[in-house]
Amino acid sequence: MFGTVVLLIVVAVVIGWVISAYNKLIALKGQTENAWKQIDVQLKRRHDLIPNLVESVKGAMEFEKETLEAVIEARNQAVNIQAGAMPTGGVQQLAAAEAALSSALSRLNVVVERYPDLKATTNVGQLQEELTSTENRVSFARQLYNDTATTYNIKQQQFPWNLVAGMAKAEVVELWEITDESERAVPKVDLSMK
Amino acid sequence: MSDSNLFEQQASNRRRSAILVAVFLAFFAWIGFGGDLIFYLQTTSEPSGTGYRHVFPWFGIAATLIAAGMAWYSWRKGPKEILWATGAWELIEPSKPEEMVYVNVVEEMAIASGLPRPSIWVVPDKDPNAFATGTEEKSAHVAVTEGLLTTLNRDELQAVVAHEMAHIRNHDVKLMTLLAALVGVLALIAEGTWRVLWFGGGRRGRAGGGGGGGKKGGGGAAPLVAILLVLWVISIILAPIVSRLLALAVSRKREFLADATAAQFTRNPAALASALRTIEDVVAPTKSIKRGTAHLCIADPLGRRLTHKQGVIANLFGTHPPMGVRIARLKAMAYAQEKTGSIPEEI
Repeated sequence: MFGTVVLLIVVAVVIGWVISAYNKLIALKGQTENAWKQIDVQLKRRHDLIPNLVESVKGAMEFEKETLEAVIEARNQAVNIQAGAMPTGGVQQLAAAEAALSSALSRLNVVVERYPDLKATTNVGQLQEELTSTENRVSFARQLYNDTATTYNIKQQQFPWNLVAGMAKAEVVELWEITDESERAVPKVDLSMK
Repeated sequence: MSDSNLFEQQASNRRRSAILVAVFLAFFAWIGFGGDLIFYLQTTSEPSGTGYRHVFPWFGIAATLIAAGMAWYSWRKGPKEILWATGAWELIEPSKPEEMVYVNVVEEMAIASGLPRPSIWVVPDKDPNAFATGTEEKSAHVAVTEGLLTTLNRDELQAVVAHEMAHIRNHDVKLMTLLAALVGVLALIAEGTWRVLWFGGGRRGRAGGGGGGGKKGGGGAAPLVAILLVLWVISIILAPIVSRLLALAVSRKREFLADATAAQFTRNPAALASALRTIEDVVAPTKSIKRGTAHLCIADPLGRRLTHKQGVIANLFGTHPPMGVRIARLKAMAYAQEKTGSIPEEI
């Protein structure tokens, strides 16, 4: 009699733990996907802005075709990779593509600086501001994504959580890591810039 | 800031808000019931039936109810009242380039801090300054002056907005908004009392004399009445001063914390240091921001030179920690970031 009661209690505790662990993992998965969506939205915004920028500067920059083409190519590549990227695969590939796009864009910005009229008379300045802001948003959203993804990854691999991980269909997700060496370096703050 | 630090800070702000409201109510209860007691002792010698005897504490109950109403009103309408008092307008459709940058950096910082996007306001004032208000995270407000938008560059503006978002996330704005509203009420009452004392002194003197004249049994109560009366008047006069000191003590510690949190949000402590410097270098006081809301701002809006000094007086009366100390801490953070690649939580 006593043995049965103990057994029942143990079974109840185990079931209770499994339910709560399962729910916790599902919640973490949701948070990770949510954080990913934030990055996704900002990247889409970035990709939509670039054709506008290229269109606005094209006329004035006949001689800089290569720079423009590099930007367009990098952008198209990033769009292709983004379509298939998920937290469980393709994150690092996308991070690399976006880094390539960033460096192509910064080369374009250097060129645009040589055309002061361009910035003053058209909406190029405005587009550049939007792009800067979008890039900042991506990097802040990335912090959030990496933090939640790390928590999720650690939790699902720890014992005894890993026993429930299969049931919750939890998979290890990729972090958005910086592959570009130049981006890893501490950014210089130029405070003289207006 | 680590999570446990954050929760501690939020809990401490909740606790302080509760204490603040309790003290506010207690103060009004003392003013009301104290008045009742004085009146009761004055009239206790009146013969029953013919004269008025003050038995039921009408004043106390009324004062406490009014105070509760004011606290409730401050909680519900405080943020709007503060914005209204500074003459701020809400930025919904940005038209100028700097307004677009402003909206963008607020949205960036909303992502970095994980908060919902606050409503964005502009104060028509040439002096650079900024503040945040609101009693809930999801209905918070960030306001900057026009001067701030024109004098700071993008990184600096981002740093200032990050500082304000840090106040919202740490739940500082709740306490500070409540404090601003309640301090405002007390200041009004104290001003009124001064006037009464100044112009109505004679009348009150006569009433006191009448009480003392009641010889039957009034002899024992008279000194007590006098002491009570003095205490009563003193507490009305001192209330705004004490509450202002309270406001100062509450805001100074928070500024350091908000600076550190802002550095975590932007990953760029140097920009905030530079922004503070620019704000400080403009000597003109922010005219649209009144005394009662000074502790909400990123820099002392009254242009008092106390923020340059350290020491007892500056510690007691400055709404903000010395600017030099704040900038030094941020620069130390920037240095650590450059050396180690990560920003220390506190210096």
